[in-house]
Amino acid sequence: MSTLDSGRTPPQKSTSGHSQQRAVNPVLSLKGVSCELNGFRALKDLNFELYPHERLALVGSNGSGKTTLLKLLHGLIEPQSGELTWHQPLKQAMLFQRPQMLNTSVTNHVALAFVAKGLGWGAARYAALELLAQVGLLGRAQHDAKTLSIGQQQRLSLARAWALEPEVLFLDEPTASLDPASKQQVEEMIEQWTHAARPNEPTTPLSPVQSINSRTWILSSHNLGQVKRLASRVIYLEQGCIHADLPVWEFFNTPLAQTHPKAHAFLQGELI
Amino acid sequence: MAFTLLAHQDATLVDVVLRSLGVSALASLLACVLGLGLGAWMGVHRFNGEAWMVAVLHSLLALPSVVVGLVVYLLLSRQGPLGFLGWLFSLKAMVLAQTVLVLPVVVALSRQCIRGAQERLGEQLQSIGLTASWRAMVLVWDERQVLLSVILTAFGRAVSEVGAVMVVGGNIEGFTRVMTTSIALETSKGDLPMALALGGVLMAVVLLLNALVSVLHWSQGRRQHLGQAQSQSQSQAQDLVHDVTQATLSKKRGGRS
Repeated sequence: MSTLDSGRTPPQKSTSGHSQQRAVNPVLSLKGVSCELNGFRALKDLNFELYPHERLALVGSNGSGKTTLLKLLHGLIEPQSGELTWHQPLKQAMLFQRPQMLNTSVTNHVALAFVAKGLGWGAARYAALELLAQVGLLGRAQHDAKTLSIGQQQRLSLARAWALEPEVLFLDEPTASLDPASKQQVEEMIEQWTHAARPNEPTTPLSPVQSINSRTWILSSHNLGQVKRLASRVIYLEQGCIHADLPVWEFFNTPLAQTHPKAHAFLQGELI
Repeated sequence: MAFTLLAHQDATLVDVVLRSLGVSALASLLACVLGLGLGAWMGVHRFNGEAWMVAVLHSLLALPSVVVGLVVYLLLSRQGPLGFLGWLFSLKAMVLAQTVLVLPVVVALSRQCIRGAQERLGEQLQSIGLTASWRAMVLVWDERQVLLSVILTAFGRAVSEVGAVMVVGGNIEGFTRVMTTSIALETSKGDLPMALALGGVLMAVVLLLNALVSVLHWSQGRRQHLGQAQSQSQSQAQDLVHDVTQATLSKKRGGRS
Protein backbone atom coordinates (compact mmCIF):
# COMPACT_ATOMS: atom_id res chain seq x y z
CA MET A 1 0.00 0.00 0.00
CA SER A 2 1.30 3.43 -0.88
CA THR A 3 1.86 5.90 1.92
CA LEU A 4 -0.76 8.04 0.25
CA ASP A 5 -3.36 5.35 0.65
CA SER A 6 -3.13 5.37 4.38
CA GLY A 7 -4.41 8.05 6.68
CA ARG A 8 -7.74 9.75 6.54
CA THR A 9 -11.04 8.02 6.82
CA PRO A 10 -13.64 8.54 4.14
CA PRO A 11 -16.34 11.19 4.64
CA GLN A 12 -19.90 10.07 5.33
CA LYS A 13 -20.85 10.58 1.73
CA SER A 14 -18.59 11.53 -1.10
CA THR A 15 -19.58 14.22 -3.55
CA SER A 16 -18.12 15.31 -6.81
CA GLY A 17 -16.95 18.91 -6.70
CA HIS A 18 -19.55 20.54 -8.88
CA SER A 19 -22.01 17.86 -9.82
CA GLN A 20 -24.13 17.94 -6.69
CA GLN A 21 -26.23 20.69 -5.28
CA ARG A 22 -24.80 21.99 -1.99
CA ALA A 23 -26.53 23.50 0.95
CA VAL A 24 -24.52 26.71 0.90
CA ASN A 25 -23.99 29.37 -1.70
CA PRO A 26 -20.69 29.35 -3.53
CA VAL A 27 -18.23 32.20 -3.09
CA LEU A 28 -16.94 31.78 -6.62
CA SER A 29 -18.41 30.44 -9.87
CA LEU A 30 -16.76 29.74 -13.21
CA LYS A 31 -18.97 29.14 -16.22
CA GLY A 32 -17.33 28.21 -19.51
CA VAL A 33 -14.18 30.17 -18.70
CA SER A 34 -11.36 30.07 -21.25
CA CYS A 35 -8.11 31.95 -21.21
CA GLU A 36 -5.42 32.58 -23.80
CA LEU A 37 -1.81 33.50 -23.09
CA ASN A 38 0.28 34.74 -26.02
CA GLY A 39 -2.02 33.05 -28.48
CA PHE A 40 -1.96 29.74 -26.58
CA ARG A 41 -5.27 28.53 -25.11
CA ALA A 42 -4.09 27.83 -21.57
CA LEU A 43 -7.53 27.19 -20.01
CA LYS A 44 -10.49 25.69 -21.84
CA ASP A 45 -14.14 25.88 -20.88
CA LEU A 46 -13.73 25.60 -17.11
CA ASN A 47 -16.82 25.12 -14.97
CA PHE A 48 -16.71 24.80 -11.20
CA GLU A 49 -17.74 26.50 -8.00
CA LEU A 50 -15.80 27.23 -4.85
CA TYR A 51 -17.60 27.07 -1.50
CA PRO A 52 -16.78 28.67 1.84
CA HIS A 53 -14.24 26.76 3.96
CA GLU A 54 -13.02 24.67 1.04
CA ARG A 55 -9.34 23.85 0.65
CA LEU A 56 -9.04 23.22 -3.04
CA ALA A 57 -5.94 21.66 -4.56
CA LEU A 58 -5.15 21.94 -8.27
CA VAL A 59 -3.03 19.07 -9.50
CA GLY A 60 -1.68 18.19 -12.91
CA SER A 61 1.53 17.97 -14.83
CA ASN A 62 3.66 20.97 -15.85
CA GLY A 63 1.86 23.21 -18.32
CA SER A 64 -1.59 21.90 -17.40
CA GLY A 65 -2.78 25.42 -16.48
CA LYS A 66 -2.63 25.37 -12.67
CA THR A 67 -0.72 28.64 -12.27
CA THR A 68 -2.74 30.33 -15.01
CA LEU A 69 -5.95 29.32 -13.25
CA LEU A 70 -4.69 30.70 -9.93
CA LYS A 71 -3.72 34.00 -11.57
CA LEU A 72 -7.06 34.15 -13.32
CA LEU A 73 -8.99 33.62 -10.08
CA HIS A 74 -6.81 36.19 -8.30
CA GLY A 75 -7.48 38.74 -11.03
CA LEU A 76 -3.95 39.00 -12.36
CA ILE A 77 -5.13 37.96 -15.82
CA GLU A 78 -8.50 38.23 -17.54
CA PRO A 79 -10.53 35.41 -19.13
CA GLN A 80 -11.13 35.69 -22.88
CA SER A 81 -14.54 34.06 -22.64
CA GLY A 82 -16.95 32.70 -20.06
CA GLU A 83 -18.06 34.08 -16.75
CA LEU A 84 -16.00 34.29 -13.58
CA THR A 85 -18.04 35.57 -10.65
CA TRP A 86 -17.04 36.27 -7.06
CA HIS A 87 -20.37 36.25 -5.25
CA GLN A 88 -19.08 38.32 -2.37
CA PRO A 89 -16.12 40.69 -2.13
CA LEU A 90 -13.42 38.66 -0.39
CA LYS A 91 -9.98 39.91 0.52
CA GLN A 92 -7.38 37.87 -1.34
CA ALA A 93 -3.66 37.22 -1.25
CA MET A 94 -1.37 35.04 -3.31
CA LEU A 95 1.81 33.18 -2.51
CA PHE A 96 4.01 32.69 -5.57
CA GLN A 97 6.18 29.71 -6.35
CA ARG A 98 9.35 31.78 -6.60
CA PRO A 99 9.12 34.77 -4.28
CA GLN A 100 10.82 37.80 -5.82
CA MET A 101 12.36 40.24 -3.39
CA LEU A 102 12.69 44.00 -3.68
CA ASN A 103 16.00 45.76 -3.01
CA THR A 104 14.90 46.72 0.47
CA SER A 105 14.75 45.46 4.02
CA VAL A 106 12.67 42.55 5.26
CA THR A 107 10.50 44.96 7.31
CA ASN A 108 9.82 47.23 4.33
CA HIS A 109 8.62 44.25 2.34
CA VAL A 110 5.79 43.58 4.74
CA ALA A 111 5.21 47.27 5.43
CA LEU A 112 4.49 47.82 1.75
CA ALA A 113 1.44 45.55 2.01
CA PHE A 114 0.13 47.60 4.95
CA VAL A 115 0.76 50.81 2.98
CA ALA A 116 -1.25 49.33 0.09
CA LYS A 117 -4.08 48.88 2.63
CA GLY A 118 -3.86 52.56 3.52
CA LEU A 119 -1.66 52.62 6.63
CA GLY A 120 0.96 55.35 7.10
CA TRP A 121 4.60 54.29 6.68
CA GLY A 122 5.46 54.41 10.40
CA ALA A 123 2.42 52.41 11.49
CA ALA A 124 2.98 50.00 8.60
CA ARG A 125 6.55 49.28 9.70
CA TYR A 126 5.41 48.74 13.29
CA ALA A 127 2.66 46.35 12.18
CA ALA A 128 5.14 44.57 9.92
CA LEU A 129 7.37 43.74 12.90
CA GLU A 130 4.49 41.91 14.61
CA LEU A 131 3.97 39.72 11.57
CA LEU A 132 7.69 39.10 11.18
CA ALA A 133 7.72 37.80 14.75
CA GLN A 134 4.88 35.41 13.82
CA VAL A 135 6.87 33.91 10.94
CA GLY A 136 10.14 33.81 12.89
CA LEU A 137 11.93 36.52 10.94
CA LEU A 138 12.08 39.28 13.54
CA GLY A 139 15.83 38.75 13.92
CA ARG A 140 16.23 39.45 10.20
CA ALA A 141 13.94 42.50 10.16
CA GLN A 142 16.64 44.95 9.10
CA HIS A 143 18.39 42.61 6.65
CA ASP A 144 18.22 43.03 2.90
CA ALA A 145 15.39 40.72 1.81
CA LYS A 146 17.45 39.42 -1.12
CA THR A 147 19.97 37.92 1.29
CA LEU A 148 17.37 35.58 2.86
CA SER A 149 17.32 31.90 1.95
CA ILE A 150 14.48 30.69 -0.30
CA GLY A 151 12.66 29.22 2.70
CA GLN A 152 12.94 32.49 4.62
CA GLN A 153 11.80 34.42 1.54
CA GLN A 154 8.72 32.22 1.33
CA ARG A 155 7.98 32.86 5.03
CA LEU A 156 8.43 36.57 4.36
CA SER A 157 5.94 36.26 1.50
CA LEU A 158 3.53 34.59 3.93
CA ALA A 159 3.93 37.50 6.37
CA ARG A 160 3.16 39.90 3.52
CA ALA A 161 0.10 37.83 2.64
CA TRP A 162 -1.08 37.84 6.30
CA ALA A 163 -0.77 41.65 6.25
CA LEU A 164 -3.61 41.73 3.74
CA GLU A 165 -5.86 39.73 6.13
CA PRO A 166 -7.00 37.51 3.27
CA GLU A 167 -10.27 35.63 3.31
CA VAL A 168 -9.11 33.57 0.34
CA LEU A 169 -5.50 32.56 -0.20
CA PHE A 170 -3.97 31.42 -3.50
CA LEU A 171 -0.93 29.21 -3.11
CA ASP A 172 1.12 28.51 -6.23
CA GLU A 173 3.37 25.55 -5.39
CA PRO A 174 4.49 27.37 -2.23
CA THR A 175 6.95 24.68 -1.14
CA ALA A 176 8.20 23.56 -4.55
CA SER A 177 11.83 24.62 -4.18
CA LEU A 178 12.19 24.31 -0.41
CA ASP A 179 14.20 21.84 1.66
CA PRO A 180 12.17 19.47 3.91
CA ALA A 181 12.58 21.63 7.04
CA SER A 182 11.49 24.82 5.28
CA LYS A 183 8.68 22.92 3.58
CA GLN A 184 7.40 21.78 6.97
CA GLN A 185 7.61 25.30 8.41
CA VAL A 186 5.67 26.81 5.51
CA GLU A 187 3.07 24.04 5.61
CA GLU A 188 2.61 24.54 9.37
CA MET A 189 2.11 28.26 8.89
CA ILE A 190 -0.49 27.66 6.19
CA GLU A 191 -2.21 25.14 8.46
CA GLN A 192 -2.20 27.60 11.37
CA TRP A 193 -3.75 30.27 9.19
CA THR A 194 -6.26 27.80 7.76
CA HIS A 195 -7.55 26.78 11.16
CA ALA A 196 -7.18 30.11 12.99
CA ALA A 197 -10.35 31.23 14.73
CA ARG A 198 -12.22 33.97 12.99
CA PRO A 199 -14.54 36.27 14.89
CA ASN A 200 -17.98 37.08 13.45
CA GLU A 201 -17.86 34.19 11.00
CA PRO A 202 -21.41 33.23 9.98
CA THR A 203 -22.16 29.59 10.57
CA THR A 204 -23.44 27.76 7.51
CA PRO A 205 -24.38 24.15 6.78
CA LEU A 206 -21.34 22.38 5.40
CA SER A 207 -20.78 19.68 2.82
CA PRO A 208 -18.50 16.72 3.55
CA VAL A 209 -15.56 18.46 1.86
CA GLN A 210 -15.78 21.46 4.13
CA SER A 211 -14.52 21.91 7.63
CA ILE A 212 -16.13 24.32 10.06
CA ASN A 213 -12.82 25.71 11.20
CA SER A 214 -10.97 26.03 7.96
CA ARG A 215 -10.44 29.09 5.83
CA THR A 216 -10.71 28.98 2.06
CA TRP A 217 -7.65 28.52 -0.07
CA ILE A 218 -6.67 27.22 -3.49
CA LEU A 219 -3.36 25.44 -3.81
CA SER A 220 -1.48 24.23 -6.87
CA SER A 221 0.98 21.47 -6.12
CA HIS A 222 2.89 18.55 -7.57
CA ASN A 223 3.30 17.13 -4.10
CA LEU A 224 0.44 14.66 -3.73
CA GLY A 225 1.33 13.94 -0.13
CA GLN A 226 0.94 17.61 0.63
CA VAL A 227 -2.37 17.72 -1.24
CA LYS A 228 -3.60 14.78 0.81
CA ARG A 229 -2.45 16.39 4.07
CA LEU A 230 -3.86 19.85 3.46
CA ALA A 231 -6.67 19.85 0.92
CA SER A 232 -10.35 18.96 1.17
CA ARG A 233 -11.05 18.85 -2.57
CA VAL A 234 -8.96 18.14 -5.66
CA ILE A 235 -9.29 19.34 -9.23
CA TYR A 236 -7.15 17.51 -11.79
CA LEU A 237 -6.17 19.65 -14.79
CA GLU A 238 -4.69 18.45 -18.05
CA GLN A 239 -3.95 20.72 -21.02
CA GLY A 240 -6.15 23.42 -19.56
CA CYS A 241 -9.20 21.19 -19.03
CA ILE A 242 -10.69 19.80 -15.82
CA HIS A 243 -10.66 16.00 -15.90
CA ALA A 244 -11.61 15.33 -12.27
CA ASP A 245 -13.18 17.38 -9.49
CA LEU A 246 -13.47 15.25 -6.36
CA PRO A 247 -13.24 15.33 -2.58
CA VAL A 248 -9.69 14.56 -1.54
CA TRP A 249 -10.50 11.17 0.01
CA GLU A 250 -12.32 10.02 -3.12
CA PHE A 251 -9.55 11.26 -5.40
CA PHE A 252 -6.90 9.22 -3.64
CA ASN A 253 -8.83 6.20 -2.35
CA THR A 254 -11.38 5.17 -4.96
CA PRO A 255 -10.72 3.57 -8.33
CA LEU A 256 -10.75 6.30 -10.97
CA ALA A 257 -9.87 4.20 -14.03
CA GLN A 258 -13.48 4.05 -15.26
CA THR A 259 -14.83 7.38 -14.12
CA HIS A 260 -11.77 9.64 -14.49
CA PRO A 261 -9.23 7.80 -16.70
CA LYS A 262 -6.86 10.74 -17.17
CA ALA A 263 -6.69 11.44 -13.44
CA HIS A 264 -6.15 7.72 -12.88
CA ALA A 265 -3.25 7.69 -15.36
CA PHE A 266 -1.75 10.75 -13.67
CA LEU A 267 -1.95 9.14 -10.25
CA GLN A 268 -0.45 5.92 -11.56
CA GLY A 269 2.45 7.88 -12.98
CA GLU A 270 2.93 9.89 -9.82
CA LEU A 271 2.72 6.94 -7.46
CA ILE A 272 5.05 4.57 -9.31
CA MET B 1 50.82 75.48 -21.54
CA ALA B 2 47.63 73.45 -21.12
CA PHE B 3 48.83 72.25 -17.72
CA THR B 4 49.66 75.85 -16.74
CA LEU B 5 46.11 76.92 -17.59
CA LEU B 6 44.72 74.08 -15.49
CA ALA B 7 47.17 74.61 -12.63
CA HIS B 8 46.49 78.34 -12.43
CA GLN B 9 42.75 77.85 -12.78
CA ASP B 10 42.53 80.28 -15.67
CA ALA B 11 39.43 82.46 -15.21
CA THR B 12 38.17 81.93 -18.78
CA LEU B 13 38.67 78.20 -18.49
CA VAL B 14 36.89 77.97 -15.12
CA ASP B 15 34.04 80.11 -16.45
CA VAL B 16 33.56 77.85 -19.47
CA VAL B 17 33.79 74.64 -17.40
CA LEU B 18 31.27 75.83 -14.80
CA ARG B 19 28.83 77.02 -17.46
CA SER B 20 29.16 73.75 -19.31
CA LEU B 21 28.55 71.65 -16.20
CA GLY B 22 25.64 73.87 -15.12
CA VAL B 23 23.84 73.73 -18.47
CA SER B 24 24.29 69.97 -18.79
CA ALA B 25 23.29 69.30 -15.18
CA LEU B 26 20.08 71.33 -15.55
CA ALA B 27 19.26 69.67 -18.88
CA SER B 28 19.86 66.22 -17.38
CA LEU B 29 17.72 67.08 -14.37
CA LEU B 30 14.82 68.19 -16.58
CA ALA B 31 15.21 65.15 -18.83
CA CYS B 32 15.25 62.86 -15.80
CA VAL B 33 12.16 64.41 -14.20
CA LEU B 34 10.23 63.94 -17.46
CA GLY B 35 12.01 60.84 -18.72
CA LEU B 36 11.98 58.72 -15.57
CA GLY B 37 8.24 59.35 -15.13
CA LEU B 38 7.47 58.53 -18.75
CA GLY B 39 9.85 55.55 -18.80
CA ALA B 40 8.34 54.15 -15.59
CA TRP B 41 4.81 54.61 -16.95
CA MET B 42 5.75 52.81 -20.18
CA GLY B 43 7.46 50.11 -18.11
CA VAL B 44 4.37 49.14 -16.12
CA HIS B 45 1.72 49.61 -18.85
CA ARG B 46 1.10 47.73 -22.06
CA PHE B 47 -0.73 49.70 -24.71
CA ASN B 48 -1.64 49.65 -28.39
CA GLY B 49 1.19 50.85 -30.60
CA GLU B 50 3.77 50.12 -27.92
CA ALA B 51 6.13 48.27 -30.28
CA TRP B 52 5.99 51.15 -32.74
CA MET B 53 6.65 53.68 -30.00
CA VAL B 54 9.60 51.69 -28.63
CA ALA B 55 11.10 51.45 -32.13
CA VAL B 56 10.86 55.24 -32.53
CA LEU B 57 12.33 55.72 -29.06
CA HIS B 58 15.28 53.49 -29.85
CA SER B 59 15.84 55.37 -33.11
CA LEU B 60 15.94 58.61 -31.17
CA LEU B 61 18.83 57.25 -29.09
CA ALA B 62 21.06 57.90 -32.09
CA LEU B 63 19.59 61.35 -32.71
CA PRO B 64 22.31 63.58 -34.22
CA SER B 65 22.86 66.55 -31.93
CA VAL B 66 23.11 68.97 -34.86
CA VAL B 67 19.63 67.93 -35.99
CA VAL B 68 18.32 68.56 -32.46
CA GLY B 69 20.02 71.95 -32.58
CA LEU B 70 18.39 72.72 -35.91
CA VAL B 71 14.91 71.71 -34.72
CA VAL B 72 15.21 73.70 -31.50
CA TYR B 73 16.61 76.63 -33.51
CA LEU B 74 13.55 76.56 -35.79
CA LEU B 75 11.24 76.37 -32.78
CA LEU B 76 12.91 79.30 -31.03
CA SER B 77 13.61 81.47 -34.05
CA ARG B 78 11.58 84.66 -34.37
CA GLN B 79 9.15 83.07 -36.87
CA GLY B 80 9.00 79.77 -34.92
CA PRO B 81 6.17 78.68 -32.61
CA LEU B 82 8.28 79.44 -29.51
CA GLY B 83 9.87 82.59 -30.93
CA PHE B 84 7.93 84.77 -28.51
CA LEU B 85 10.07 83.39 -25.65
CA GLY B 86 13.16 85.14 -27.01
CA TRP B 87 15.40 82.30 -25.87
CA LEU B 88 17.55 81.90 -28.99
CA PHE B 89 21.29 82.29 -28.34
CA SER B 90 20.76 82.03 -24.58
CA LEU B 91 21.57 79.45 -21.91
CA LYS B 92 17.86 78.55 -21.78
CA ALA B 93 17.98 77.51 -25.44
CA MET B 94 21.04 75.40 -24.75
CA VAL B 95 19.33 73.70 -21.80
CA LEU B 96 16.26 73.05 -23.95
CA ALA B 97 18.34 71.55 -26.77
CA GLN B 98 20.29 69.28 -24.45
CA THR B 99 17.09 68.23 -22.67
CA VAL B 100 15.57 67.22 -26.03
CA LEU B 101 18.78 65.38 -26.87
CA VAL B 102 19.01 63.28 -23.70
CA LEU B 103 15.28 62.78 -23.05
CA PRO B 104 15.04 59.72 -25.36
CA VAL B 105 18.08 58.22 -23.63
CA VAL B 106 16.44 58.53 -20.21
CA VAL B 107 13.02 57.32 -21.40
CA ALA B 108 14.36 54.33 -23.36
CA LEU B 109 16.78 53.11 -20.71
CA SER B 110 14.42 53.65 -17.77
CA ARG B 111 11.53 51.95 -19.66
CA GLN B 112 13.73 48.95 -20.33
CA CYS B 113 14.87 48.81 -16.71
CA ILE B 114 11.36 49.19 -15.23
CA ARG B 115 9.86 46.70 -17.72
CA GLY B 116 12.38 44.09 -16.59
CA ALA B 117 11.53 44.78 -12.95
CA GLN B 118 7.80 44.74 -13.75
CA GLU B 119 8.09 41.30 -15.35
CA ARG B 120 9.93 40.04 -12.29
CA LEU B 121 7.94 41.75 -9.53
CA GLY B 122 4.82 43.20 -11.15
CA GLU B 123 2.40 40.38 -10.37
CA GLN B 124 3.49 40.22 -6.73
CA LEU B 125 3.03 43.98 -6.31
CA GLN B 126 -0.32 43.83 -8.09
CA SER B 127 -1.27 40.94 -5.83
CA ILE B 128 -0.86 43.04 -2.69
CA GLY B 129 -3.16 45.66 -4.17
CA LEU B 130 -0.75 48.29 -5.49
CA THR B 131 -2.11 50.35 -8.38
CA ALA B 132 -0.08 50.85 -11.56
CA SER B 133 1.12 54.27 -10.35
CA TRP B 134 2.23 52.82 -7.03
CA ARG B 135 3.93 49.93 -8.79
CA ALA B 136 5.80 52.37 -11.02
CA MET B 137 7.01 54.32 -7.96
CA VAL B 138 8.03 51.18 -6.07
CA LEU B 139 9.90 49.82 -9.08
CA VAL B 140 11.70 53.15 -9.65
CA TRP B 141 12.83 53.01 -6.03
CA ASP B 142 13.77 49.35 -6.37
CA GLU B 143 15.87 50.01 -9.49
CA ARG B 144 17.35 53.22 -8.11
CA GLN B 145 20.95 52.18 -8.65
CA VAL B 146 20.42 51.25 -12.27
CA LEU B 147 18.45 54.46 -12.79
CA LEU B 148 21.27 56.46 -11.24
CA SER B 149 23.50 54.97 -13.92
CA VAL B 150 20.94 56.14 -16.49
CA ILE B 151 21.09 59.67 -15.07
CA LEU B 152 24.90 59.69 -15.21
CA THR B 153 24.80 58.35 -18.78
CA ALA B 154 22.39 61.16 -19.72
CA PHE B 155 24.67 63.76 -18.14
CA GLY B 156 27.65 62.29 -20.00
CA ARG B 157 25.79 62.54 -23.31
CA ALA B 158 24.72 66.14 -22.58
CA VAL B 159 28.09 67.44 -21.44
CA SER B 160 29.98 65.95 -24.36
CA GLU B 161 27.75 67.08 -27.24
CA VAL B 162 28.70 70.07 -29.37
CA GLY B 163 26.32 70.43 -32.32
CA ALA B 164 23.10 71.42 -30.59
CA VAL B 165 24.55 73.99 -28.21
CA MET B 166 26.62 75.49 -31.02
CA VAL B 167 23.52 76.01 -33.19
CA VAL B 168 21.13 77.34 -30.52
CA GLY B 169 23.67 78.98 -28.21
CA GLY B 170 25.85 80.66 -30.80
CA ASN B 171 29.08 80.10 -28.80
CA ILE B 172 29.07 83.68 -27.49
CA GLU B 173 32.13 84.37 -25.32
CA GLY B 174 31.32 84.81 -21.66
CA PHE B 175 27.68 84.05 -22.25
CA THR B 176 26.90 80.81 -24.11
CA ARG B 177 30.38 79.36 -24.64
CA VAL B 178 30.76 75.90 -23.13
CA MET B 179 33.57 73.36 -23.11
CA THR B 180 32.76 71.55 -26.37
CA THR B 181 32.05 74.68 -28.42
CA SER B 182 35.12 76.34 -26.94
CA ILE B 183 37.34 73.37 -27.87
CA ALA B 184 36.03 73.51 -31.47
CA LEU B 185 36.64 77.25 -31.65
CA GLU B 186 40.08 77.30 -29.99
CA THR B 187 41.25 74.41 -32.23
CA SER B 188 40.13 76.26 -35.35
CA LYS B 189 41.93 79.39 -34.08
CA GLY B 190 45.07 77.37 -33.38
CA ASP B 191 44.99 78.03 -29.60
CA LEU B 192 45.82 74.44 -28.80
CA PRO B 193 46.77 74.87 -25.11
CA MET B 194 43.29 76.16 -24.22
CA ALA B 195 41.67 73.45 -26.38
CA LEU B 196 43.80 70.77 -24.75
CA ALA B 197 43.11 72.08 -21.23
CA LEU B 198 39.35 72.05 -21.89
CA GLY B 199 39.64 68.66 -23.57
CA GLY B 200 41.43 67.36 -20.47
CA VAL B 201 38.68 68.64 -18.17
CA LEU B 202 35.99 67.17 -20.41
CA MET B 203 37.75 63.80 -20.51
CA ALA B 204 38.12 63.90 -16.71
CA VAL B 205 34.39 64.59 -16.30
CA VAL B 206 33.42 61.76 -18.66
CA LEU B 207 35.87 59.32 -17.05
CA LEU B 208 34.68 60.29 -13.59
CA LEU B 209 31.08 59.60 -14.59
CA ASN B 210 32.01 56.21 -16.03
CA ALA B 211 33.96 55.39 -12.89
CA LEU B 212 30.94 56.34 -10.76
CA VAL B 213 28.66 54.07 -12.80
CA SER B 214 31.16 51.20 -12.45
CA VAL B 215 31.48 51.76 -8.69
CA LEU B 216 27.68 51.74 -8.34
CA HIS B 217 27.39 48.41 -10.17
CA TRP B 218 30.30 46.95 -8.22
CA SER B 219 28.95 48.05 -4.83
CA GLN B 220 25.48 46.67 -5.63
CA GLY B 221 26.94 43.29 -6.56
CA ARG B 222 29.24 43.25 -3.56
CA ARG B 223 26.48 44.15 -1.08
CA GLN B 224 24.30 41.31 -2.32
CA HIS B 225 27.23 38.92 -2.30
CA LEU B 226 28.16 39.90 1.28
CA GLY B 227 24.54 39.66 2.40
CA GLN B 228 24.19 36.17 0.94
CA ALA B 229 27.49 35.08 2.47
CA GLN B 230 26.36 36.44 5.86
CA SER B 231 23.03 34.66 5.54
CA GLN B 232 24.77 31.41 4.58
CA SER B 233 27.25 31.63 7.45
CA GLN B 234 24.39 32.26 9.91
CA SER B 235 22.53 29.22 8.56
CA GLN B 236 25.72 27.13 8.76
CA ALA B 237 26.27 28.30 12.35
CA GLN B 238 22.70 27.29 13.23
CA ASP B 239 23.26 23.88 11.59
CA LEU B 240 26.51 23.47 13.53
CA VAL B 241 24.82 24.32 16.84
CA HIS B 242 22.06 21.86 15.97
CA ASP B 243 24.58 19.08 15.10
CA VAL B 244 26.66 19.69 18.26
CA THR B 245 23.52 19.64 20.41
CA GLN B 246 22.35 16.38 18.80
CA ALA B 247 25.82 14.82 19.23
CA THR B 248 25.97 15.85 22.89
CA LEU B 249 22.49 14.45 23.55
CA SER B 250 23.42 11.18 21.81
CA LYS B 251 26.58 10.87 23.93
CA LYS B 252 24.60 11.47 27.12
CA ARG B 253 22.06 8.85 26.11
CA GLY B 254 24.88 6.44 25.26
CA GLY B 255 26.57 7.08 28.61
CA ARG B 256 23.36 6.33 30.52
CA SER B 257 22.76 3.08 28.66
